[in-house]
Amino acid sequence: MNYWPLAGIAIVVLGFALRFNPLLVVVSAALATGVLAGFDLVAVIEALGKAFNDNRYISVTWIILPVIGLLERYGLQQRARAVIEGMRGATMGKLLVAYLAFRQLASALGMKDIGGHPQAVRPLVAPMAEAAAVKTHGDLSEDARDEVKAMAAATDNVGLFFGEDIFFAIASILLIQGVFEAAGYPLTPLELSVWAIPTAICAFVIHAGRILAFDRRLGRAGK
Amino acid sequence: MITYEWLYVLAGAGFAVWAALSAKDRRWGNAAFWGLLAASFLLGSHLSDLANGGLVLAMVAIAGLGGLKRSDPPTTSPAQRQAFAAQLGNRLFLPALVVPLTAVAGTLLYNYTPFGETGLFEARRETLILFGVGVVAALAGAMVWLRPPLMAPAEEGRRLLDSIGWAAILPQMLAALGAVFALAGVGEIIGGVAQGIISEGSVFLTVVVFALGMAMFTMIMGNAFAAFPVMAAAIGIPLLIGEYGGNPAVIGAVGMLAGFCGTLLTPMAANFNIVPAALLELKDENGVIRQQIGTAVPLWACNVVIIYVGGFWLWN
Repeated sequence: MNYWPLAGIAIVVLGFALRFNPLLVVVSAALATGVLAGFDLVAVIEALGKAFNDNRYISVTWIILPVIGLLERYGLQQRARAVIEGMRGATMGKLLVAYLAFRQLASALGMKDIGGHPQAVRPLVAPMAEAAAVKTHGDLSEDARDEVKAMAAATDNVGLFFGEDIFFAIASILLIQGVFEAAGYPLTPLELSVWAIPTAICAFVIHAGRILAFDRRLGRAGK
Repeated sequence: MITYEWLYVLAGAGFAVWAALSAKDRRWGNAAFWGLLAASFLLGSHLSDLANGGLVLAMVAIAGLGGLKRSDPPTTSPAQRQAFAAQLGNRLFLPALVVPLTAVAGTLLYNYTPFGETGLFEARRETLILFGVGVVAALAGAMVWLRPPLMAPAEEGRRLLDSIGWAAILPQMLAALGAVFALAGVGEIIGGVAQGIISEGSVFLTVVVFALGMAMFTMIMGNAFAAFPVMAAAIGIPLLIGEYGGNPAVIGAVGMLAGFCGTLLTPMAANFNIVPAALLELKDENGVIRQQIGTAVPLWACNVVIIYVGGFWLWN
């Protein structure tokens, strides 16, 4: 058997790990894989062109940008901040659990860009979580403060990652659809995205439990 | 009948407008890149495979040479936005909600009522087409409601698109890579090797290897999207689906999420893990990752169970 086409996989892995431009890496890997499998270069470029063309529906999702951009022009991000600020007064645990739910729900409804580290975590969620922890547990060591802030950032990531795939018109879902369709298994976006729901529930339960346990642990350490 | 071709014309028109606005702004790299993408959307179905391949290589060359720049079209000031947000309140979320509501409600109506018998939409394509309908409806509604300058949606969209840059076509490119892998028989090669290693016929062990591979490749590459065509070609499609007859939807969707668990664990995913540590001025560069380990590891195990139960038990 000819194992050389596997070099394409090595190119993807190394190229990403070494931080080359990902588009360049992917195309190099595709060309290498095809040539090493015994096709001539023109045939591989044709295959790549056809596959790119067949998968255009993945990039169709960007047509939503004018809607989101227009809403941002009229203060969508600011309004999202006001919602987050409305959680003020809760304990650190409750605050971060509420933010986790908000981030998961908004992402599941296709608004994955409300929230995020520069827009929400740094200006709002992290300082609010820190203030709430100090209010409940008294003054905290610098390490404990760092842990609280890091937990706020972690909560944003978990909320986004395990909410966004419930929204069907998102690149990851359509990428799965494209790869499977090319292999002869046609699926619809909704068939895929409903299967993001069980993991989303697990993510909420696990991460919310950890946030609340962390809040209790800070209380014990503070006394 | 409404087909994907209609969506491609809509998206192609959008990219063409963004290319024109970039050219007006003298950002020639952006103009060329979005112009080529517009050509792919508008003409791709009528071009030869080789011409489409040429389009791909040209776009990649522009991106690889750093030809794409961020843009800052005129927009409202933070103070103005604050005032609008206070005045408009939570109604601001409504236009964004129109999009998923149209698509999901429309899909359900189309599949479970006589509406489906009209054959209005290309088979199995209704959700994404209805997503397009939802976008047009949301945009029209927002224009009537907010009365912005006529070019505001295009300019605001360009601001967001240019902040995404070449990454906008990375998922599409990775799907194309998956197709080339399939053509070159990568799946059969790895499937043959893996079958020799993974003990004969153990579905559960194969699920573990698949989910572990997704997480590990994602950690090395910092990107679950890139890991997906690799692991799908290697194990997901040839073994889990082909050999053991698992449910493709579960294996695909939850396999990707197993990769996302890897994203939580790697400094390679800098935007999510390292940049926030810097933004928050943490002493420990890996502080965010440390807080994520306790969620990522058990959640990964949940994904293994979900694939095994949902993909095999409930399916067969």
